[in-house]
Order: sequence, then C-alpha cells, then structure tokens
Amino acid sequence: MSRLRTLFLLPLLASLGSCSMVVMNPAGDVAAQQRDLLMVSTALMLIVIIPVMALTIFFAWRYRQSNREARYEPDWDHSTHLELVIWAVPLLIIICLGAVTWMGTHLLDPYRPIGRVAAGKPLPPDVRPLEVEVVALDWKWLFIYPDYGVAMVNELAAPVDRPISFRITSASVMNSFYIPALAGQIYAMPGMETRLHAVINKSGDYEGFSANYSGAGFSGMRFAFHGLDDAGFQAWIAKAKDGGGKLDRNGYLELEQPSENQPVRHYAAVDADLYKAILNMCVEPGKMCMSEMSQIDAKGGLGMAGIRNTLPLLYDKFARRGTIFGPAPSYVASICTTEEALAASKADQSVTPMTSTPIVGAGLQRPPPLSIRLPSPSATGTLRSPFNS
Amino acid sequence: MFDNPALLKAIFGRLTLESLPLHEPIVVATFVVVALGGIALVGALTYFKLWGYLWREWFTSVDHKRIGVMYIVLGIVMLLRGFSDAIMMRLQQAMAFGGSEGYLNSHHYDQIFTAHGVIMIFFVAMPLVTGLMNFVVPLQIGARDVSFPFLNNFSFWMTVGGAVIVMMSLFVGEFARTGWLAYPPLSGIGYSPDVGVDYYIWALQVAGVGTLLSGVNLVCTIVKMRAPGMTMMRMPIFTWTALCTNVLIVAAFPVLTAVLALLALDRYVGTNFFTNDFGGNPMMYVNLIWIWGHPEVYILILPAFGIFSEVTSAFCGKRLFGYTSMVYATIVITILSYLVWLHHFFTMGSGASVNSFFGITTMIISIPTGAKIFNWLFTMYRGRIRFELPMMWTVAFMLTFVVGGMTGVLLAVPPADFVLHNSLFLVAHFHNVIIGGVLFGLFAGISYWFPKAFGFRLDPFWGKMSFWFWVVGFWFAFMPLYILGLMGVTRRLRTFEDPSLQIWFIIAAFGAFLILLGILSFLIQIFVSVRRREQLRDDTGDPWDGRTLEWATSSPPPAYNFAFTPVVHDLDAWTDMKNRGYQRPLTGFRDIHMPRNTGAGVVLAGLSVVLAMALIWYIWWLAIVSFVALIGYAIAHTFNYDRDFHIPSSDVTRVEDERTRLLAATSQAG
Amino acid sequence: MAHADTVIDDTVFHLEDDHGHAESGSSTMLGFWIYLMSDCLIFAMLFAVYGVLGGNYAAGPAPKDLFDLPLVALNTTMLLLSSITYGFAMLEMAKGRVKPMQVWLVITGLFGLAFLSIELYEFAHFIHEGATPQRSGFLSSFFTLVGTHGLHVTFGLIWLVVLMVQVSRHGLIAANQRRLMCLSMFWHFLDVIWIGVFTFVYLMGMLR
Repeated sequence: MSRLRTLFLLPLLASLGSCSMVVMNPAGDVAAQQRDLLMVSTALMLIVIIPVMALTIFFAWRYRQSNREARYEPDWDHSTHLELVIWAVPLLIIICLGAVTWMGTHLLDPYRPIGRVAAGKPLPPDVRPLEVEVVALDWKWLFIYPDYGVAMVNELAAPVDRPISFRITSASVMNSFYIPALAGQIYAMPGMETRLHAVINKSGDYEGFSANYSGAGFSGMRFAFHGLDDAGFQAWIAKAKDGGGKLDRNGYLELEQPSENQPVRHYAAVDADLYKAILNMCVEPGKMCMSEMSQIDAKGGLGMAGIRNTLPLLYDKFARRGTIFGPAPSYVASICTTEEALAASKADQSVTPMTSTPIVGAGLQRPPPLSIRLPSPSATGTLRSPFNS
Repeated sequence: MFDNPALLKAIFGRLTLESLPLHEPIVVATFVVVALGGIALVGALTYFKLWGYLWREWFTSVDHKRIGVMYIVLGIVMLLRGFSDAIMMRLQQAMAFGGSEGYLNSHHYDQIFTAHGVIMIFFVAMPLVTGLMNFVVPLQIGARDVSFPFLNNFSFWMTVGGAVIVMMSLFVGEFARTGWLAYPPLSGIGYSPDVGVDYYIWALQVAGVGTLLSGVNLVCTIVKMRAPGMTMMRMPIFTWTALCTNVLIVAAFPVLTAVLALLALDRYVGTNFFTNDFGGNPMMYVNLIWIWGHPEVYILILPAFGIFSEVTSAFCGKRLFGYTSMVYATIVITILSYLVWLHHFFTMGSGASVNSFFGITTMIISIPTGAKIFNWLFTMYRGRIRFELPMMWTVAFMLTFVVGGMTGVLLAVPPADFVLHNSLFLVAHFHNVIIGGVLFGLFAGISYWFPKAFGFRLDPFWGKMSFWFWVVGFWFAFMPLYILGLMGVTRRLRTFEDPSLQIWFIIAAFGAFLILLGILSFLIQIFVSVRRREQLRDDTGDPWDGRTLEWATSSPPPAYNFAFTPVVHDLDAWTDMKNRGYQRPLTGFRDIHMPRNTGAGVVLAGLSVVLAMALIWYIWWLAIVSFVALIGYAIAHTFNYDRDFHIPSSDVTRVEDERTRLLAATSQAG
Repeated sequence: MAHADTVIDDTVFHLEDDHGHAESGSSTMLGFWIYLMSDCLIFAMLFAVYGVLGGNYAAGPAPKDLFDLPLVALNTTMLLLSSITYGFAMLEMAKGRVKPMQVWLVITGLFGLAFLSIELYEFAHFIHEGATPQRSGFLSSFFTLVGTHGLHVTFGLIWLVVLMVQVSRHGLIAANQRRLMCLSMFWHFLDVIWIGVFTFVYLMGMLR
C-alpha cells in the first residue's frame, strides 16, 4: 500500500514544480478567484480525506489476520457515538462548503458584471467595459468589437485591467468559450446568448479554445488571446482597421461554412447588426429572426395563415438537411425585413430594462452599476435555460 | 438488375459497398483479427460439438445463475473492445504533438471516443453489474429464481442485441461521432447525416429494453421472494443496494428511452424537438439525458458499494458496522441522485441560484457516501482481516475512491467547475470513481463469488498480478490527466500544440499499458484457474467463511438453489445458522417446481437486432417484416401455457446426497 | 413469497412444507405495476417536453387555431366508456362467466377502436391543413405525446384480441385471469394518461 501513497503524492509534487498549470496560476482576476475557491474547497475536504486514508492504511495493517495482538470483536457492529461522528463530520464540512459555494457562485456568476479589477483594486468609477461579441463557428471563432467596428477570426485582444463583457453565441452546434488564463468557460449555443464578464490583469499571450466537442475540426478550434496595455490595444485595433476588408452578411455566410484550422483574419469593418442577426439565426436573407418569431409566438402564433409561411431552403451549409420522412428542408419566412425585426426587438428592449445583476444573497455587496447596454434576455429572443428561474 | 439504383435502394436502403470501411486499414485489420478469432471460436465449438450444449444449457436457460454468468461473460468481452478504444486514444494523444496528426484522422478518432464511452457504460459496466445482481440476489434472499425467469433470459439477450449492434457499426458503416451522450444539434440530421448516430440510438434502445425489464424483474424478486424471516432490515446489504439500483433503473431508463425516441423522430421524421429552427430546443435534450445520466452513475456504483460491504464484513470476520446507517445512506443516495443532474452543465448559464442549488445537492450526496466509507473503516476496526483478493480490491477502492470523491465535490462547486468542466480533470475524476469504485468493486465481486458459481477459486497469483497492474496502472493513467486538466487541457482533443504537455500523455499511455497487462493477467487468471480447478476446488460451498445465505448451498448451486427454503433469524443468516449448529436436512426432499428453458428470448432479441439494422440502413421492407415477425412471435409465445415443470424428488435427493458425501469427505480431510 | 411478518420459531432454519416456486400471480401484478410506472415516466417526459415546447409555434398555428373541442370531448367519452365496459368485463370474470365477459370485451374493443379512429381523423385533418409534426416545436411535441398514447391504445387493442382468443380456447384459467387483470390495469392506466392529455393539452391549450 505504501506504493499507493507515494503515487498519491505525485500530483502534489508536480504541482509544486510546474508553473505551466494555467488553472492554478491564471492572469485574470475571475480565474484567480475561481482558483482560490478550488484551493479552499480542496483544503476543506482534505480535513476528512487525509484521516480516512491514514486510518484505512492503519486499520488494514493493524487488524491483519496474522496480528494476534490486535483485539478481535466479531459482534461489535454499532456505536451511537461513532455513528454521530461519521455523519456529523461530513455534514459540517458540507455546510461550510455549501456556504462557500453559495457565495462563490453568486459572486463569480459569469452574468454578473465584475466588481473589482483585482484583489484590493476596486473598479475605477468611469470605466466602460470592453464589449466583445463572440460567435463560435464550425470550426473557428469570430470576435466582433462593436465599439470599434472591427472583427477578428481566431484572435482576441483586450487591454489590461479593463473589464471585458462578452456576449456569446454559436452559429451551428454547442461549443464552450474558454480562456483558462482569463476566466471560467461558458457554453456558446445557437440561437441563444450567454454572457461572460472578466478582466485580464497581466499582459501576455494566452490561449483560448472551445471546451465542448463540436465535430471534426474541434481540435483546431483555438485562438490567441492577447492581454495588452492601453497603447498596445489601440495599436492592435488600428492594425485591424488598416488591413482586411469588410465583414458583411454575404461574407459571413461564406465564413460560416465549415473549415478547419483557420489562420487569424482581421476585418476592418463589420455590419452593425451582424451579431444580432447571427444570434437570431436570420443572416440568410428572407429568414425570420428568432426575436420576431418569439414575439409572434408570445402573441399566439400566426394562426392557420402562418402554416405555409415557409420557404424551401436554398442556402445550405451542411452535408444534408431534411430527414428521410420529413418534408423538404425549409425555414420560416420573415414577415418584415431583418432590419425591421431587429430594430423592433431593440425598441422593445428599451421599454423593459432589466438588470443582469443576479439576486444577491444577504451580506453580498451589490456591484456598482456599470453596464452601458442593459441586456434583456427575454426580449431579444435569447434564452437562458428553460429551467432558469 | 444490379445497375438499377432505385431498385438497389429499395432493397438495400442506404447500405452500399462504400458503407464497408475497406479503405481504412486499421478497421480492416481489426476486422480480420475479429473474423479469424470468430472463425476459430465457431470452429472450436463445432469441433467439440458444444453448440447443442450451449443452446440447451446456457442460451435458452432461464436459470438466474447461468444468465448472471452470461452477463458477466458479455461484460468481459465488451471490456476488451472498450479497452482497445481506450488504448488507441491514449496512443493518439501521446503522439499528436508539434504538427503531427497522430495516426488517427478525426473521422476515426471521434468514433473511438464515442464508442469507448458508450461501450464501457452500457456494455461493460451495466452487464457486469446486472450479472452479479442476477447471480447473487436470489441466492442471498433464499429464493429459487427471480420473479420472471423468462423475462430475465429475454433481458439478457436484448442487452446482447445492443452490443451486437454496436459491434456491427465497427465493420458496416460507422459509429456516432458525437461523444457518448450525443448532444444535439451535433447529433441531429444536419450535422450527423450518416448512420453513426442511428447505430447509437438503436443499440441503446434495444439494450435499454433489456435493462428496464431486468430492473422490473429484480425489484419484484426482492420485494416478493425473500425467504421467510428476512425482513427488509435483515436483507444483506448487497441485496439492499441491488434493490435501490433496480428502483433507479426503473425510474431512470424510461427517460433515456423517451429522449432517444425523440432524437430518433428528429432524425427520421424531421420533427423539431432538439433542432435550432422551428422552435426546437437542444438544451432540453441535455437536461433530459442527464436526468437519466446522473442516476445511471449511481446505478453502477451502488451495487459496487454493496459488494464492498459484503466483502469487508466477510474478510474481517465481523458483522458490518452500522448496518442501519448503511441502509439509510443507500436510500438517501438513491433519492438525491435525481436532484443533481444539472451539475453536468453548470456552464450552460442557468444562473447563480440554480447552479448553487444543484451544486449543494451534489455535495450533500457526499455525506451518506462518506458515512459508508466510515462504516467500512469501522468494520475493519477490531476485525481479523484476511487479505484475500476481494479484500485487497476493497482496500485499494477505499484509498482510490476518496480521491475521486474529493475531485467530484470540487467539480460540484460551480465556479470551480467553470475552469475544470470538460477538461481532462473531469475525465480523470469520473474514471477515478468508475474504475476505482465500480470496476474495483466488480473485480472484488467476481473473485468473491466465482467459487460459488463454479465450485473452485480463482488462482490467487494471477489475481494479484492483475490487481497490482490495475491499481498501479490506474494511478499512472489518470494522475497525469488530473494535472493536464489543471493545465487547462480539454477533453476529446485529437491534436495538441503545446509540447510541454506531451510527457504527461506519455505517462498516461504507460498507465494504460499497465492496465492492459492487468486485463491480460485477469484473462490468464481465469484460464489458469480452469486448468488448476482440481487444486482450487472447494467442496464446502463456503470457501471464505461467508455470512449470507448464498454460502449455505453447494458450489455451484443446484438448479433449484435450495432444496428447502431457508428461514432467516438474523442479518448474517448463514453465520447465525453456523453459530447455532444448524444441521443440513438429509431426507424428506420434495418435487420442486421450476420454469422451463425457452429459446424465445434469443429469437425476440435477434428479430430486434434485424429491425434495428433495417431502421439504421433505411431498409424499409425489412423493417416492416421484422417488426411484424417480432410482434407475431411475441403473441405466439403467449399461446404457450406449458412453461414449467417439476424436478422430481428423486433427482433432488440424488443431488443432495452427493453434496452430503462431498461435505463428509471435506470435513474428514480437514 | 415473503412471510416476513410472521413470527417464526427461532430454531427452525428451513421450511419443510414448501410449495416451491411458480410464477405466482401477485408477483406478476406487482411486476406489471412497476412496468406501468416506468411507462408513466415516459409519458411524464413527453408531458414535460410538451410543457417546454408547447408555446413554440414557429410563427405557425397555436392550439386554439387547431383544436376542435367537441370532437375531443367525443373522443374522451369513447375512451372513458371503454374503461367502464372493461370494468364490467372484469366483474363478469370474477363471477366466472365467460360469455358475458367476452361480450363486454368486444364492446370495450369497439370503443377503443372508435377512439383511435377519431384520433386518426383528427391527425389526418391537421396534416391536411399543413399543421404537420414538422411545422413547429409545439406540433412536434403535440403529435408525439398524443400519438404515443394512441400507439399504446393500439397495442392494448391487439392485446385485447389476443386475450379474447386465449380465453375462448382455454377458458378462465388462472393464467388468463392474470393476463386479463394486467390488461385491465393497462387500459385504466391509459385512461388516466388521457385525462392528463385532455386537460393539459386540449383544455389548457384552448385557454392559452
């Protein structure tokens, strides 16, 4: 059994010697807090794990058959005191851990705008978060900077110590947006928007990737993430503005086609509503946007008149669409133009402002309000989980 | 005639010569090996004229013991397939660095990790667990068989049918390239238009029928057929865990059936349950499949907990510490396993309150689990521990499983899960609990009950070889994955860029190689034990000084298990009988009413496989024919009322007299 | 069978007068009940799916555009009546009267057939109008939930015919009585499910 014990120590030793454990040694405040939570939880659990392992080995050795000196009580099978201890100790640890979890989960909710730049470094009052719109494509990442009107494929950069607010969606299947050095991951799902708030504290080059298997080109779905100082970031944006063309809808539909191991690409300009159109799955001309559809559905559908409001699918990015017994592939035709639909959903949004700040538990401080564009998950046709509260 | 594509399509559906992966050398080589092995096996069975014996005594048997053994054989055969997938993945990941593509393309690699997961859970762990429950439970509760013996045979063959369908996918067409839970939209028709996902759906549906019915059967058996005197709180702990597991099966598998049926509808008829367009909702699939998937984990681990309890108590020569709290811990785990499914996708963005709720319920499960560990610990305390193989597996389990439990609770903390979700840390965690918990338990159970099933023990030397290779191999294979997870490496990757990761993958591959030696040692152990069976023979029926009723009868037990139904007065019924000078009855045997063997299970499962293949390949005429045949045969089977017979008392007397003679001989020799 | 509660002599370790094991009736009923509960879970899933997708019309028709309540009420009546007539059949079985029982079973079957025909008419009508299962998430989940129930009724009808043949061949032997009891549970179970469908899908759909 001693061999087992040394093996158990192996990862601990390795963790001391190695600096490349990005999860243990991140460069962003959110990831650092997540790491801290990991450490605290491990420590809490080791309180009970280590004695159990030690006792297992000790009892196994002490009460071995050949040791005739050890007491043998074949009928001893109950002790109220011991039972109390063995239920109470895990219970107490889980109560502590549960409290830590409740607080940590709310504080580190990816939907919650971050409350500080780093430990002991509060958010400057006038800071505006950097808005980034993220689209997972087959099999590459598209990043749109709405404030700068530029877009990148497989490259992302952010200024150090400035909060970043990601809006994340996917064009085809589920992916997970993950930059280990920056913050934990969140799924990217088609027709839905997830959010992530983070901040990078150290300049440097980091790796990001998809953390949810998405098909043949999944392994190559990586991107570079640069933490830059303010000047560097401006220079990077300027460089993007310099080279590259414009990403319009047709360009996007071409980009959206499945492709693997794509090089970095910059677009100097990008259609203003492109992200909204992707999110609402209506980049294809004539297709009804999700936001329009959900508004119609909320009002009770289009009735019998709407039944045949579908058009055959001309645009086809897949190997095959439609099923053996199903009808020919089709989509729901839009009633108004895409622009009108998106504009309508925007107008709707301004009427019902919602705060994205999650419910705060007693004792948790509400972060200062800083988001400029108030997101409204219900009105944009975006969904969080149907099981969401 | 053969140049008419429409006709060919009508006859063969989408099955064409191109469906055979003749251009993939690895698959062709595998096929040649499997085919040669298959021919050799068929040849040997024919040469030794074993077909009739196998058909009469095994395939058509409704005896729960034989069905249990067949389940375990199925599990071991499929373990070889599932493990080949594992070692191929380990090799690929150890090779594919610095621009190297490794030796597997994504088409192949993505099938391998999907097949590995599916096979290991559904066709290795499930058959092994079901097999042990089938074999042991009726013996432990003093019953002659399960409640529905024919159903038991049918369930087994449906499980085999599912395994056959998965194996067919290796050589005809392809398997799913979606990951073992086939999340849509990736598994939808748009992104997976080929047969792979259809193979996945129908294999699981066919096997699922078997699993569900066997669950119904065992629940009914445990509730209705316990020996007189065996109250619920006198049931052996393995039977308790089997009861909870089968309740979980009955309550969880319909969910899987329903969700896969909906996915099939999406793929075949074009409905919009899990599609992106037309109001479908892929997230619903993820929720539904995990509502089945999480209880499934406990379906596997609970019987293993039961095995460890039996083994600990038997080899410590001591009553199990805290039986009552053990039972309640099991029940609590059973119930809680339904309230935690969302922890598999905290990263979907369900909001902090929902995530915390599911995180905390998950942690709460660790309380009864911890209590169980302590109970085993204090069973060892003041015991007299014999380190036979089953006990060695138990101690290795206790040391391994607590690490897996700890990392599991870590993953239950949502913010920690955000950085570790889908990483190799997660992969290491669930292998840590499934290998360190379920598999170690199954090995403990197999070496514990093997003498009961066959009348001789397993060879201890090769058993210890297998044990050390497995345990050391496990730590070598999965500790690097924990580290890689902390280095931010995600799962299911085929190629890597960072060269500093490679060393860890090489260590992991080395660990997998050690496990390979462990599996080989296990096979050698069985082979050697069969050859040395005369030296290893046990005539007492009670080689370990066991405590529960299965050790009261002979090894192997007669078809009727117990000549007289035993009466139970204590939790450890057999120990109680031994302590109070129980005398085995020697006369007065009666006729025993038993169910008759039937081939109906084989036929029905065979037709189901044909139906599944027809549906996978769009061969509609065959689908209709086999479906009608399936229903027709099932109806015809119900017209057979002559399903049981009596073992005459003379036969019973002969068998029991033989046992009397053997017992006398052993007691003289001893 | 468990005699768990009976007090047993402390020195007796085995039963001398053993009736051995046979496929005992009470086991079958319990087993079938457990199976029904698992089937119930499948329906629970389908109801849940309908609950999630029921409002996703994809800019197509909503329940109130499609459903014809009087027709569904008629349909419901058919199924409820078939449950009552099955009950009468079971009463006759208890009295051991084969002929009247068979008559009641025939009536049950006819009601069941009427139910199925009306349902198929309804489906055909919807599909003819263009409200196919593929049109929207709502219609997918509607057709699947109601259709699965219909499939169960179809299966029950086949079973009913088989049992009638078996009873006419072998009479009301224990095995046949047991089977009739199982079908009885199955049939009433489908009734209960239909009440759920009627309430949650049709009635609440009209209110939506």
